[in-house]
Amino acid sequence: MSVENSHSPQPVAGGNVGMGSSEYLEVRGLSVDFDGFKAVRDVDLTLFQGDLRFLIGPNGAGKTTVIDAITGLVPASGAVNKSGVELLGKKVHKIARLGVGRTFQTASVFEKLTVLQNLDIAAGAGRSAWTLLRRRSGATSAIDEAMDTIGLAELADKPAGVLAHGQKQWLEIGMLLVQNADVLLLDEPVAGMSAEEREQTGKLLLRIGGARTVVVVEHDMDFMRAYATSVTVLARGRVIAEGSVAEVQAHPKVQEVYLGTPAGRKETVAAPKETGP
Amino acid sequence: MRRDEPLARRAIGTALLGRWQTWAGFGIGAVLLFAVAPVVLSEFRLSLFAKFLCFAIVAVGIGLAWGRGGMLVLGQGVFFGLGGYMMAMHLKIADAQIFGNDVPDFMQIAGIRELPAYWQPFASPAFTLLAIVVVPTAIAAALGFGVFKRRVKGAYFAILSQALAAALAILLVGQTSLGGSNGLNRFRTFFGFTLNDPANRRMLYFMAAATLLLVVAVARQLMGSRYGELLVAVRDSEERVRFLGYDPANIKVVAYAVAALFASIAGALFAPIVGFIAPSQVGVFPSIAFLIGVAIGGRATLLGPVLGAIGVAWAQTLFSERFPSEWIYAQGLLFILVVGFFPAGLAGLGVLFANLRRRRRPRTGGPEPHPEAEKVVAKP
Repeated sequence: MSVENSHSPQPVAGGNVGMGSSEYLEVRGLSVDFDGFKAVRDVDLTLFQGDLRFLIGPNGAGKTTVIDAITGLVPASGAVNKSGVELLGKKVHKIARLGVGRTFQTASVFEKLTVLQNLDIAAGAGRSAWTLLRRRSGATSAIDEAMDTIGLAELADKPAGVLAHGQKQWLEIGMLLVQNADVLLLDEPVAGMSAEEREQTGKLLLRIGGARTVVVVEHDMDFMRAYATSVTVLARGRVIAEGSVAEVQAHPKVQEVYLGTPAGRKETVAAPKETGP
Repeated sequence: MRRDEPLARRAIGTALLGRWQTWAGFGIGAVLLFAVAPVVLSEFRLSLFAKFLCFAIVAVGIGLAWGRGGMLVLGQGVFFGLGGYMMAMHLKIADAQIFGNDVPDFMQIAGIRELPAYWQPFASPAFTLLAIVVVPTAIAAALGFGVFKRRVKGAYFAILSQALAAALAILLVGQTSLGGSNGLNRFRTFFGFTLNDPANRRMLYFMAAATLLLVVAVARQLMGSRYGELLVAVRDSEERVRFLGYDPANIKVVAYAVAALFASIAGALFAPIVGFIAPSQVGVFPSIAFLIGVAIGGRATLLGPVLGAIGVAWAQTLFSERFPSEWIYAQGLLFILVVGFFPAGLAGLGVLFANLRRRRRPRTGGPEPHPEAEKVVAKP
């Protein structure tokens, strides 16, 4: 990670509300039904620009399904309103063009293409046929900036397939930046990363989060404690708690869900002492 | 911006080198096709070679659609046949007019006294040439939109395109007004030039050669453009491209329609060069045969399909003369071996050797793949 964007504000609890921004994502009564199985029921979420919201919960809580529903991958009922535009019912690529970007649990960069090519494709959804039929000449300033932000400038001409696991995830985040997404939905971005990579990813999220709305689905509780501005806890498709990290940890329902699961999970939200910074 | 300067210089360097190499490559190709081949090959061999060039033109399109776009086009015989039949219809009408007949010779034998309505526009050379370009492209675009928008892909798309080829071949066999299973043959003139004259047949060869160079140039531009990069991205991860704000169907339709156009042009050249077009050139077997050369040559490269198609067609002529029954088995075996074990084709062998050589030497520079990276499957 190189250049620090010193001027961009960092994410804060409750977002940048009242700081003159009107960007928001409002989810109301979101439900997803898989042939009778209700994966997500009546989920409400309100996110403002500057939010770094963590979506946590046990396996099968419906965290990824919420992201799938917002991005149009699975059909859902309810309402998802992004700064006044209804997203539900729109096609995947239309939602993406409205500024909602996502990553996947497994990095899904284009392995045969270089880092630069990956970013160039991500930046190009609005290009004309004439531009498309011509050769790419160099990188735009937005792509250069994104490469510096994600720390992959040195690897611009390497095929994405040879990148380390963490670098692939950063490239995915970089693709969201040049895609001009202002709502970033990240599905387990630090899974499988080393401790150092996690820290770098967290700092990256702080750098880019101020001007955007970031939702992170995560199992890593240390990571959540270190970087979340707010947390929503899902269990069995429902929101059971929402608030700051401390509020959520103290919530009895959350303790019940996490401690009461019979398998005896290692990851405990209601940890007795703070392990994060 | 420490990175920019050397990167920019390198980019300009490779661009200049690339441009020089491109011109050199096209120059060598032009010399081989226009100067060497006509001198070295006998009249008979040259017209045989012209036929191979037609297959190579089809192959360039398949390389684009299948190699770069991941669409297994098992029915290119449809578009080859459309181009071939439309050209043949014009040639038959023109021949009949020269002899002062109302209808072509085979219709007289079949007892058809009046030119069918759908034949009549093909009396015009301009209409015929336009139709050869427009009709297959439009059909491919309409078909492509219908299929790709519904997210039909992989084996389902392959089966669909092959069924189309089978259907068209069966349909043509039943059409007396298109010569039935014999198809259309015995063309005497080509836009006013008698085809008996060796000079005119040589002209046809030159037309095929020039068309091949043009088609390769178009494919090269498409593959090297941003569109080409996007096409590879769609091939490797269609869903991911969707989440970047593109509709993958639109991207695939372009490659599919271009491949159809190339096949149609090849068919239109094939008819006068070989002297016939028949359902046997349209159906399932010829459609698969188009694919074999592409697979062997290297489907994802620019020139692999061209060389593979010419090589396989040449080998077929050579061996099928001596071992007529064994050749077809050998061809099938070769196809299975290449697709199963060398998906990159002959073009991939060079890369394979380069990799083996590199592996023997200690690795220098470049990021070491993270151990975790091996485990990650790159599919969402």
